[in-house]
Amino acid sequence: MILEAPFTEAKLRKFRVGDVVEITGLVYTGRDAVHKYLHEGGKPPVDLRNAIIYHCGPVVVREKGKWVVKAAGPTTSIREEPYQGPLMERYKIRGVIGKGGMGPKTLAACRKVGACYFHAIGGAAQVLAEKVVEVPDVHMLEEFGSPEAIWEFECVRFPVVVTMDSHGKSLHEKVAKGSAATLKRLIG
Amino acid sequence: MDAKLLQSRLLELIRRTSCELPPDVVRAVDKGWRREKAGTTAKYAFTVIRDNVVLARDKSQPICQDTGTIVCYVDRPRWITEREFTRAFEKAVVQATRIGYLRQNSVDSITGQNSGNNLGPGSPVIHFHETGAKAMTVRLMLKGGGSENVSAQYALPNTDLGAGRDLEGVRRCVLDAVNRAQGKGCGPGVLGVCVGGDRPTGFAAAKEQFFRQLDDTNPDRTLGRLEKRLLKEANSLGIGPMGFGGGTTVLGVKLTARNRVPASFYVSVSYMCWAYRRDGCRLSESGKVTRWLYS
Repeated sequence: MILEAPFTEAKLRKFRVGDVVEITGLVYTGRDAVHKYLHEGGKPPVDLRNAIIYHCGPVVVREKGKWVVKAAGPTTSIREEPYQGPLMERYKIRGVIGKGGMGPKTLAACRKVGACYFHAIGGAAQVLAEKVVEVPDVHMLEEFGSPEAIWEFECVRFPVVVTMDSHGKSLHEKVAKGSAATLKRLIG
Repeated sequence: MDAKLLQSRLLELIRRTSCELPPDVVRAVDKGWRREKAGTTAKYAFTVIRDNVVLARDKSQPICQDTGTIVCYVDRPRWITEREFTRAFEKAVVQATRIGYLRQNSVDSITGQNSGNNLGPGSPVIHFHETGAKAMTVRLMLKGGGSENVSAQYALPNTDLGAGRDLEGVRRCVLDAVNRAQGKGCGPGVLGVCVGGDRPTGFAAAKEQFFRQLDDTNPDRTLGRLEKRLLKEANSLGIGPMGFGGGTTVLGVKLTARNRVPASFYVSVSYMCWAYRRDGCRLSESGKVTRWLYS
């Protein structure tokens, strides 16, 4: 399935857990420092309405006056669980790309806002970096350092799997339930 | 050995470690790919992982953007001092960061400042062991933060798990750690486990298991049997690659043991992501690489 900017609520509501999606459009990276900063009332340097946030601390180097992405896979999302839901609701963030899934607060926000959690393949930094065709700008590079800055990634057909949708379904919840039951059998 | 030459050899070791998944790990990933059913998200995850391995090697760029904690083990002959090695290694690390083989990954824990070149207190980590051998052996591991975060240490007995101070208790801890990790450590993972030791030696020994070949056999038969059993049982949890569900939750389990004091019984479980980056080489005094250890 295809998702192209602008990332409107109507488009995001259509996705269901298990859908393999390719995202085209501008995506902002943001991880631990950015989420803490915004949660504490910091002013966002970019417009987050209808935005997709990518939990990613890329390797970016400057070559011939341009930013070049050398590696850009997802980082573990669950660390942003305390912040993500409230930020999604405050700014109408329509999508989060990350890995490992998130918890009930974020799932509830997905439902309320009309947003999805998109799981990128962790560790696949090269496959994913190839889908970032341009880096128009970077924000808060000085304050947070390169991995924690807000990078603007212009993406073409960035591959993800919907693991949390806007209808209250979470693949992570399902898998965790199954493995917990098996564990109980194994160590009873 | 000439300092510049040593630096260039170490830079190549860093490049290889960051960009090229070792052959034993590639074989395990391929096996996992074959195991998962067509059309599943588990199969899809493996397909992307395999594409990524090829792409990283061809482009000589990091397999994963989190180039991790830099952990280096040196078997040091008499012809080089710890200071000489450290100086050359640090220079190689700075150079590798500039090129982009390594991410700027060293953050001051108090101020939050990124040093920008991967140097700082505790970074990189270098362990030296003096050896009577003529050649120097250097092993390198780049271990990502996601996998480190899901590593766990248990003190037995543990009532919640019904884990006593025996191998059955160890088994329970390991399975619990896998279940807690779910997909968050970039599974399918590999588990390095140490039974015993104090807290830091337990974790260090658990991590050192990742220098073993993934398809080797444990010289201790009891531990070898438990490794096999845990591999099977961990995979039966159904967590799958990335936690998408599936039959491949871990690619390997490696156990070791250290003596403990009577009062303590630790089980240290170190989790390595599928992007299992480790390599090593043997260097002669003249600076020749006489052997790559894993290929």
